[in-house]
Amino acid sequence: MFTQIYVLRFPKETSDQPYIYQLVKEYDIEFNILKADILLQREGVMILELKGSSKHNVNAGLEYLKGLGVQVERLAARIHRDDEKCFQCGACTGVCPVGALYIKRPSMEVLFDPQKCTGCSLCVTVCPVRAMAVSLAEEWVVPEELIV
Amino acid sequence: MTKQKISKTYEEINARIKAGEAVVVTAEEMVGIVREKGAEQAAREVDVVTTGTFAPMCSSGMFFNFGQMVPTIKASRVWVNKVPAYAGLAAVDAYIGATEPCEDDPLNKIYPGEFRYGGGHVIEDLLRGKKVLLEAKAYGTDCYAGRKMKKEVCLDDLSFALLCNPRNGYQNYNCAVNLSDRAVYTYMGMLKPHCRNANYCSAGELSPLLNDPLYKTIGIGTRIFLGGGIGYVTWHGTQHNPAVPRTPGGVPRKAAGTLMVQGDLKQMSPDWLRGVSILGYGNSLAVGLGIPIPILNAEMATFTGVSDKDIYTQIVDYGHDYTNGIVRSYGEVSYAQLKSGSIIVNGKEVQTAPLSSVVKAREIACMLKEWIASGRFLLNHPAETLPDGSE
Ligand code: SF4
Ligand code: SF4
Repeated sequence: MFTQIYVLRFPKETSDQPYIYQLVKEYDIEFNILKADILLQREGVMILELKGSSKHNVNAGLEYLKGLGVQVERLAARIHRDDEKCFQCGACTGVCPVGALYIKRPSMEVLFDPQKCTGCSLCVTVCPVRAMAVSLAEEWVVPEELIV
Repeated sequence: MTKQKISKTYEEINARIKAGEAVVVTAEEMVGIVREKGAEQAAREVDVVTTGTFAPMCSSGMFFNFGQMVPTIKASRVWVNKVPAYAGLAAVDAYIGATEPCEDDPLNKIYPGEFRYGGGHVIEDLLRGKKVLLEAKAYGTDCYAGRKMKKEVCLDDLSFALLCNPRNGYQNYNCAVNLSDRAVYTYMGMLKPHCRNANYCSAGELSPLLNDPLYKTIGIGTRIFLGGGIGYVTWHGTQHNPAVPRTPGGVPRKAAGTLMVQGDLKQMSPDWLRGVSILGYGNSLAVGLGIPIPILNAEMATFTGVSDKDIYTQIVDYGHDYTNGIVRSYGEVSYAQLKSGSIIVNGKEVQTAPLSSVVKAREIACMLKEWIASGRFLLNHPAETLPDGSE
C-alpha cells in the first residue's frame, strides 16, 4: 500500500476531462480530496491523497495526469501546531478527518500527531486562535521529478 | 448520640483560609470525595470547592478612559486598531465589545469569513503590552473644541480599563448539530451536514454555575478568578433564565443562569483572556473564569459533588431550527456521554467535539485552589444572591 499527498495544478483545458474517473478505473487508485479549487474554464488546484497498491501504480496514474498537462507536486507540507497559542479547546478534533488532532481521555487533553496529519488544513481556520499553521512554503513542495 | 449536622459560615471559612488551614479541593476532586464519604462527611472535611471554565464568551468587553488632549475632545466615534468602540458615554470614555470586528473586515462576504481581528484581540493585545492605535472623531463643542484624536496607547497609558462582561459563565449550554444538507458555520463551530458531528461548550462538572445550580452562594459581590486576576460577580447576566427544567438534584437540563462579571483589566493576563476568530461567525473573547464555592453545609457538598454523568443538555439543530427560533430538542445527553467522544442522535452515532477547554478549566480551578489554600484569596458573602426563579 502506498499513500502520498499531491498538489495537482490543472491547466484550464483539462478542467472538463474525467481524470478522476480514469485514475480510479484505469489505475486502480483510491483518492481523498483534501482541497479543491477548480472553476470551469480556469486553472484549478487540487490537493489529493492518492492511495494505490504500490508506488508503481500511483506513479502510473501520475504519468497519465502529466500527459494531460497536469503539473504534479508532492506535498511534503506539514501542519504545525503552536503549543503556546493552543488553549486545548478541542474544536479542531471535530473537523480533522484522520484523527491527527484527537482528545486523550479522561484528561481531555487535545493532542496533535504530525505523523497522521495529511496537511488538508481544515483545522487551520477552524481553530479560534489560529494555533494550526500550514507551512506551504515553496521548499515544502517537492517537484515530482526530484522524487526518487 | 447523633452527630450534629454540619453548618459553617463565610466568616468561619475565611478565618480558616487566613490561618492557612482551609481544605480546598477542585470541583473534579469533590466528585470522588462526596461519592466515597457522603455529603455530610464531605462538608465536614472540605471548606471550599473551586470551579473553572475557559471558553469563548461573546458578551464581553472593556470600559476604558483614554485621557484628554489639548484642545479637549468629546469623542463621539472611537476606534482601537480600527475596531469600532462605543463612545456614547462621556468625553473620553468608551466601551469596546469582544465581538466587534475590525472595520475593514470582509466579514462573510468571502464565506465563511475568517474574522481575523476584533474587539477580543484588542483586549488581548493590550494585555500583551502591545501599543494599539486609538482614533477618535468629534463634532466639537465650545467646551470640547477638538475634532480628531489619533494616538498610540498601551494598557499603562489608559487611566482606567475595566473588563466588564454582561454575560459570562452560562450555566449549561446546547449540544449543537446540523440536520440540514449543507455545512453551517456557527458560534458553535463548523457543523457538517446530515448530523455528522456534534459540538458542545461547557466545562461540565468543573463549570461554576453547575456546581451551585440554585445560586445559593454565587451572587452580587462574589469574588472570583477572572482573566487571570481577581474580579467580581456584579449582577446576573443577560438572558439569565433560572426557570428551566431541572434534574432532581437541581441541575438545569438546558442553558439557564448567567453571570455579569467585571474586574480591573490591568491585573489580568493574556493567558486567560484570548481574542478568538470563529469561522463564518465572528470575533469573540475566550474568558477564563473561576468561582470558589463555600461548603457551608451538606447541601453545598452535594451540589459540588455533581459529576458529568448527572449533568444533561439538549441536542439542538443549528442547520434550521436555531436561526428560525424553533425550540426543539433532538434528545438529551449527559456530559459524560459528550466527553466520551460520541453520542447517539436519531439512532445514529455522531462524533462530538468540545469548544470549551477542560484542560484550562482544570488549571483555573487549581490556580484558584492554590490562591485560597495559601491565604491570598478570601470569599465574599454575596450582597444578594441571583434570581432563582421563585417569586
Ligand atoms: S491539516 Fe489539520 S485537519 Fe487536516 S489532517 Fe492535519 S491536523 Fe487534521
Ligand atoms: S482548535 Fe486550536 S486551540 Fe483548540 S485545541 Fe485545536 S489547535 Fe488547540
